Amino acid sequence: MSVVLVDAGGTNIGSVRYALQRLGVDAALTSDAAVIRAADKVILPGVGAAGPGMTRLRELGLVELMRSLTQPVLGVCLGMQLLCERSEEGDTACLGVIPATVKRFVEEPGLRVPHMGWNRLRPHRDHDLLKGLADGDWAYFVHSYAVPTGDYALATTDYGGEFASVIARGNFHGMQFHPERSAQVGARLLKNFLEL
Amino acid sequence: MLSRRLIPCLDVRDGKVVKGVRFRDHVVMGEIVDLALRYRDEGADELVFYDITASPEGRSVDRGWVERVASVIDIPFCVAGGIRSVEEARAVLHAGADKISVNSPALERPDLIDELAAAFGVQCVVVGIDSLRDADGEWRVRQYTGDPSRTQALPRRTLDWVAEAQQRGAGEIVLNCMGSDGVRQGYDLEQLTAVRRLCQVPLIASGGAGAPEHFRDAFVQADVDGALAASVFHSGAIAIPALKQSLRAWGVDVRL
Repeated sequence: MSVVLVDAGGTNIGSVRYALQRLGVDAALTSDAAVIRAADKVILPGVGAAGPGMTRLRELGLVELMRSLTQPVLGVCLGMQLLCERSEEGDTACLGVIPATVKRFVEEPGLRVPHMGWNRLRPHRDHDLLKGLADGDWAYFVHSYAVPTGDYALATTDYGGEFASVIARGNFHGMQFHPERSAQVGARLLKNFLEL
Repeated sequence: MLSRRLIPCLDVRDGKVVKGVRFRDHVVMGEIVDLALRYRDEGADELVFYDITASPEGRSVDRGWVERVASVIDIPFCVAGGIRSVEEARAVLHAGADKISVNSPALERPDLIDELAAAFGVQCVVVGIDSLRDADGEWRVRQYTGDPSRTQALPRRTLDWVAEAQQRGAGEIVLNCMGSDGVRQGYDLEQLTAVRRLCQVPLIASGGAGAPEHFRDAFVQADVDGALAASVFHSGAIAIPALKQSLRAWGVDVRL
């Protein structure tokens, strides 16, 4: 099985690659359209901001390619947000394969931004991506923007209200937390993605 | 809701975890990867590695061990020590660290915080603050605390620096209360509470943990997001699984 990590300039690419290695998969890091198109699985990692992330994809000529992929695609953290239509972060037009607008958390007493740390996943429907996930399993989050819940939400998380923490629509999937840093729960979800 | 984090801090020297008075009498405790895995298995929520020799030797963190840790560890970790520029931070983050922490270099040149936040996003940028109460009752910042012969008291008030660091782009503040550090009588709740009032980003307590109740008090009374400790974890005086059970029983939400 060929798995590629799309090099959109995020700093967590190394960590995601190591997590896949721990699952026995050597993922290639690439920005080559032909390699991405030919892969069995495509992962879009990302730490950083939406604007620079989309600019990088545009410069690499990957925007249309990413939208047209038919194999399973997984966006992680910012990578998941880039799958949406827009992000409030820098008012950025994103890939548009998930019908949602990414919104910033609003600080209030007791609600710190960024949302940083371990929080619970609440599964909402059966999906192969969530195999083995129990209600209340913990995942590690670091983000200031989030995808509102909707019919694309496979799981949600509560932080001053519910937001979508795992999403799927067709062959496109996203995880807002960092599976590569979410201990056994994260490893299980990454394994599920590889087995889709 | 978000759980409260327990964060062991490991001092690293020449690729090994050491303990002792900083810069003196170091005892090698073990291989960095072995100890990192041990804490992961015990349920640590995050790890902080402090490269204690990087800054005084005028070099940045050795990437080699950061890569080794990143390849085996599946919980987040932060690297501190000797990071003075965006390029040095980039090397550590690309090696696999989730966050970088800056302390004295940010005091020398506060723009460093802005530059790091612009380059990597605030979520990667931790600002460590060493703070001590002066005779006039004000908490003020100390610099170069890693080396007792160089440690300086600054005129900068801790509360002012917390506000400025956030405004510049700190995504998390680690407040090391030097007055309570090493004496195991509990975190400095008064100071943490004062900082919490003006800290909108995650706040991590450091300095003073000696008993499970100290963690509870920091979480419940000072409302910190995480508690950092070194000696009580390293010595085994407090075992993380038992500590988490106690915290749960006291109504503090932790990851089990």
